Amino acid sequence: MSTSLSARNVRVVRNGAVLLDDVSLEARAGELVAVLGPNGAGKSTLLGAIAGDFPLSSGAVEINGRSLADYAPRELARSRAVLPQQITISFPFTVREIVAMGRGPWLDDNDDERIAAALQRMDVVTLANRTYQTLSVGEQARVSMARVLAQDTPLLLLDEPTAVLDIGQQERFLAIARSLVDEGRAVVAVLHDLNVAMRYATNVVVLHEGRCVASGTPQTVLTPALLSNVYHQKIQVTTTADGRAVILPEHH
Amino acid sequence: MTTARRTNVSAVGVFLAVLFAMTALLSLATGAFRIPLGDLLRIIVDGPARDTVDSIAHDVFWQVRLPRVVLAVVVGASLAVAGVLMQGIFRNPLAEPATVGVSAGAAVGAVLAIIVGLNQLPLGVQVAAFLGGTLSTALVYVLSRTDGKTEVVTLILTGIAINAFAGAVIGFAVFVADDDEIRSVTFWSLGTLGLATWKAVGVVIPLAIVGLVASVGFSRVLDTLALGDRSASHLGIKVERVRLQAIAVVGLLASSAVAATGMIAFVGLLVPHIMRLVLGPRHRHLLWTSAVLGASVTLLADLAARTLLSPAELPLGVVTALIGAPFFLLLLRSTRRSQGGWA
Repeated sequence: MSTSLSARNVRVVRNGAVLLDDVSLEARAGELVAVLGPNGAGKSTLLGAIAGDFPLSSGAVEINGRSLADYAPRELARSRAVLPQQITISFPFTVREIVAMGRGPWLDDNDDERIAAALQRMDVVTLANRTYQTLSVGEQARVSMARVLAQDTPLLLLDEPTAVLDIGQQERFLAIARSLVDEGRAVVAVLHDLNVAMRYATNVVVLHEGRCVASGTPQTVLTPALLSNVYHQKIQVTTTADGRAVILPEHH
Repeated sequence: MTTARRTNVSAVGVFLAVLFAMTALLSLATGAFRIPLGDLLRIIVDGPARDTVDSIAHDVFWQVRLPRVVLAVVVGASLAVAGVLMQGIFRNPLAEPATVGVSAGAAVGAVLAIIVGLNQLPLGVQVAAFLGGTLSTALVYVLSRTDGKTEVVTLILTGIAINAFAGAVIGFAVFVADDDEIRSVTFWSLGTLGLATWKAVGVVIPLAIVGLVASVGFSRVLDTLALGDRSASHLGIKVERVRLQAIAVVGLLASSAVAATGMIAFVGLLVPHIMRLVLGPRHRHLLWTSAVLGASVTLLADLAARTLLSPAELPLGVVTALIGAPFFLLLLRSTRRSQGGWA
């Protein structure tokens, strides 16, 4: 399961506004790449551009060396899965039915097994026969992720997957993300929590006002100077007793 | 723990089959001329050519009742399936051929044809209704799209505008029409199966069959569309193309139904709702069960229309709306309670 994603010099202009300008991002099998930046920096737009949701104004996105435009829709759906920020489902489908939708691009003998594994992995087996609308926000997020896992793709694009999870759910989620990466998949995730990125990301890309201001390993990129500049807030990076870097806003 | 309530599909299938058989037999036997059940079965066994029962009963059955029942079945199934498709592609339980103005467009076509005198031509009104329905389908589609996407609210509002316009055209037609034409116009805008002949049935059946068969192919895609356009496209579905194809099928089903019988309210809205409450939203089962229930409901409504004030005949659309509207309000309330409402 080797996969590679390459977005080069991506520019997105919509209604005359430049949403992304000259942004590049690479992700290979075994990497978790975090997209960071303040609200409105263009993180979700970048994820949408990589997912192939809209044409680029300029630049290129390639999966395994082939431009997205050269993929048939179904083939692309077998290559990458996308977890959007929030999902409203219009009819009362059950959790199992929703996760089964993730098998749409495949429809083969593995369907039942993959659905069961996805339900298991996201710990939603006991919710399988409930309708999505009756679930809590955190449960809904896990179900959506289970659907993405059922799609069984080497590349996963996740837009703020931990935003609605509590701290315990968040840690379990990131353990799953890490295990996906260890299986040889590539994960690109928009994250808000800088500490999560610091601890789990292989590489980070920091966006600011539609431009990439830094990229590289979290330890080298997430410096007090850069973060304070990007977030308009004095930020310090300290080290805990057991040697982990922690990012904190400074007191006024 | 609230588990989704779903009724077993086989049980529902058996129930629907029995309901359908009973309503069909009842419709064939009942009317101004009653055919006892024993005679009815013998007439069916004899076939159209032989007659060992009673020549009046024989002719009533083959020339009046059967075409009427067949038409009710085809139109009921078409309207219900058109409703399922439309609700699925627009992710909205309020979308159906009548709410978005497709039925009204077809009725306008028919009414204009009557006023202009096209009703002198064989099938002139039906063809005009079909064109009107297809045209308004295309209009709805074009007007409710912006930036290559169809917004549901825009769609419903577009339907309101088209319905208002159609109502005005029909009102104007009534204003300029003479008495004969008014009667004819009334039947078109209220719906009737009283015009059922084998010729009319022969025109509608092929169109309906094409539409019904085509609808089966959409079942999985319609399920996935419930995730929203964006997620559906991430799963490899060409959303806009599918939507266009499905709308063409809806236009075909709804236009041919209205062309044959005029506007019949609520079947397309109500029947898919009931089936979704019973079976859940998966389209694989929703489509065929809605077709059978739509046929049965239309048969029952027509039975009521021609027997309640017999020998006078009520317009069918009046019956379906009288029963359908209050029933729909009840359904709305229970759906909101059990499914937490709609976004």
